[in-house]
Amino acid sequence: MALRSSITRRTLTLGLNSTMLLPLSRSLQTFSLPDLPYDYGALEPAISGEIMQLHHQKHHQTYITNYNKALEQLHEAIQKGDSSTVVKLQSAIKFNGGGHVNHSIFWKNLAPIREGGGEPPKASLGWAIDTHFGSLESLIQKMNAEGAGLQGSGWVWVGVNKELKKLVIETTPNQDPLVTKGPHLVPLLGIDVWEHAYYLQYKNVRPDYLKNIWKVINWKYASEVYEKECA
Amino acid sequence: MGGGARKPTEKGKKEMACQLLLTDFTLPLKSLKLSHSGLRLKGRSIGLQKASTTVAYYGLKTPPYNLDDLEPYMSKRALEVHWGVHHRDFVDNLNKQLGKSDILYGYTMDELVKATYNNGNPLPEFNNAAAEVWNHDFFWESMQPGGGDMPNLGLLEQIEKDFGSFTNFREMFVEAALSLFGSGWVWLVLKRQEKRLVVVKTSNSINPIVWDDIPILNLDMWEHSYYLDYKNDKARYVSTFMNHLVSWNAAMIHMARAEAFVNLGEPKMPIA
Repeated sequence: MALRSSITRRTLTLGLNSTMLLPLSRSLQTFSLPDLPYDYGALEPAISGEIMQLHHQKHHQTYITNYNKALEQLHEAIQKGDSSTVVKLQSAIKFNGGGHVNHSIFWKNLAPIREGGGEPPKASLGWAIDTHFGSLESLIQKMNAEGAGLQGSGWVWVGVNKELKKLVIETTPNQDPLVTKGPHLVPLLGIDVWEHAYYLQYKNVRPDYLKNIWKVINWKYASEVYEKECA
Repeated sequence: MGGGARKPTEKGKKEMACQLLLTDFTLPLKSLKLSHSGLRLKGRSIGLQKASTTVAYYGLKTPPYNLDDLEPYMSKRALEVHWGVHHRDFVDNLNKQLGKSDILYGYTMDELVKATYNNGNPLPEFNNAAAEVWNHDFFWESMQPGGGDMPNLGLLEQIEKDFGSFTNFREMFVEAALSLFGSGWVWLVLKRQEKRLVVVKTSNSINPIVWDDIPILNLDMWEHSYYLDYKNDKARYVSTFMNHLVSWNAAMIHMARAEAFVNLGEPKMPIA
């Protein structure tokens, strides 16, 4: 399946004729669920097809639906100049928008084994990992420790600080994107440690999920992003 | 694993309702106490400074019903994992930490929760252990076979006073559950200072007793609580809880006990 990023445009124009100073009509983008570049069952046995399907079709879709709803409400509130509603909507936007952003990255971070999932990174990213962490194993160990130690729901990331050109490992709570931990941080690799990401298969044994997911991690994508930021 | 082999007869249901966790709302006392279901042998038996290898602290309390009694609203499988694995692991973690800590050893559950909350900066002993044990003990009691429906008598009056109507309360409770971002719990709480009932949602493991309030009911909104039975359909899980699982008997008993500590109003004296 080809990855079609489908961002549809829907223009909302203002039909008001008034002498008041109105903002220019802005078009409101709505977002839709990106396709997975592989079948739901392609990541087995690391991640079951059932989880992939629920995760993609239900959870990610819900984030997108609620994100679109929040954006529409935000659009209205901005038009009306309703500041308190604008501020009130921020947490819903951060949560649902963050969920959309994070999961979109997540699908690209995974690949079936026969398409290179689990193959260690080479070239500049591989070299950067060895320099910064000593070895890929050491990075994996640290990621797993951070991921297992995360309280509640959240994500664990390998990112690059594009100012300092340094690799980082960070966690974010709930659906906060990596950029909330630092404006210069760009995510290379994110692992979803919300219970919905592993529960049906691993129950409460998050460390097993973390151990196994590395078999389907798509380092090629991470390398591309890294090279783009640190060229 | 598995609770008692009782069938839920009428008398049995009343007995179950009485076996509730009697939480201790007095000020923390620092003396060594026997826990409600654990044995303490440390330092007593042999006169040595530290006891030998076998010490026991907290036990895994069984729910006041069999694991399949909540079917079809909460499956036996879900309870086997939620209680038998998650809750059990929390208890094990707690005991492991108590084994290493000389200060926390000897606290009651309530004291442990408040102490490890550390005024807003929860210690590791809080999240995966003390608070989660407390919260889950309370959760099993907040449910019963044949639950749901409505409270009556004084509790219903109080709900109507504080929320306007039972329907309003139910809406607020459901809304709180569905608007919770991430993992957490929803509570019906009696606020000590304001002397009224409120609905409160907390993140991760936070428990209203850290603010000195008195829980009446709770609902686990961590994904592990509903995922096996409902997948991502939170709304159905919450409405099923309200319709078929919530134990107003337990709530009334918690409320009755709470009224010993919070004066909810003047008694109605008849005017001669």
